[in-house]
Amino acid sequence: MSDESAEGPVEIIQCPVELDYTYTAGQATTRFLRGVGEGKLLGQRCIVCGKIYVASRGACPIHGVPTGPETVEVSDKGTLVSFSIVRIPSENLSVDPPFAAISVLLDGSDSTFMHVLSDCPLEEVRMGMRVEAVWIPKEEWTTSLKNITHFRPLDEPDAPYDSYKEHL
Amino acid sequence: MPDPTQPTETTEALVAPHSLRYTYKRSVGPIMGKFFTALREGRLVGVRRSDGSVMCPPKEYDPETAAALSEMVDLGDSGVVTTWAWVKTPRAKQPLDHAFAYALIQLDGADTPLLHAVDAGSESHMSTGMRVKARWKDERVGHITDIACFEPAEEGA
Repeated sequence: MSDESAEGPVEIIQCPVELDYTYTAGQATTRFLRGVGEGKLLGQRCIVCGKIYVASRGACPIHGVPTGPETVEVSDKGTLVSFSIVRIPSENLSVDPPFAAISVLLDGSDSTFMHVLSDCPLEEVRMGMRVEAVWIPKEEWTTSLKNITHFRPLDEPDAPYDSYKEHL
Repeated sequence: MPDPTQPTETTEALVAPHSLRYTYKRSVGPIMGKFFTALREGRLVGVRRSDGSVMCPPKEYDPETAAALSEMVDLGDSGVVTTWAWVKTPRAKQPLDHAFAYALIQLDGADTPLLHAVDAGSESHMSTGMRVKARWKDERVGHITDIACFEPAEEGA
């Protein structure tokens, strides 16, 4: 409470909701995170449609079947398929607004991935932009997506719309 | 470490703490605002209803007639326990770190009860009808937690 509020009538109260969980990643996400711990982005393939999911939940959401046993490494480069500029601050955010929350289609993957784009003026953020993951130093890697701090633009021509239109 | 690109029969699942924090603020309005302002001053107030009875905690409108209410009434910080439940093993965010009772407390001068914690030491010291008194915090901000808890009071206190 500020000194100012101590003077006048109380108009607002803080009533935070704090929920403490223990999250168990499960087999599929664990496999993905162990890969991240070695600097690899791993996906799994649907045995029906062949689509590769990164990070796989262990099943194809279209066909409802378990993904195949093999693990497929995909690139840490990809195409920005959608984005939102976040301008409203929140105590929960680890990045100061304004920033771009982006959906990335990694090369070799058929599913998109949410992350943050930095090292890029906000007015230049656009669909089709080529981007790459920025990793923290290898000696600091853990089995966490925090190994990737953000994505940054690649000096490449934009991807054609048809290459990502299924993933908007 | 096994090669993560190779299939594994079973992988021991990773486990991590996951904390959700919703940093809500609530606008309390003029009547509850007076209640919280009084708490910051170490006082308790209620509001007079259409039938003359006193409601604490106060609301802006009469729960039966829906009439707008405005007359604040000063109340004591002692009262009577009307019902209670013993909490043997409190969780981290509950008001006390040792066993206590959640109780409905009808403050002297009020006709409705207020929910708060009673620090009675043991369940055998709790009874419906017992008198309790607020234990105020030294540093108050205008929140229900400005009362740390209630504690058993002498008869007539």
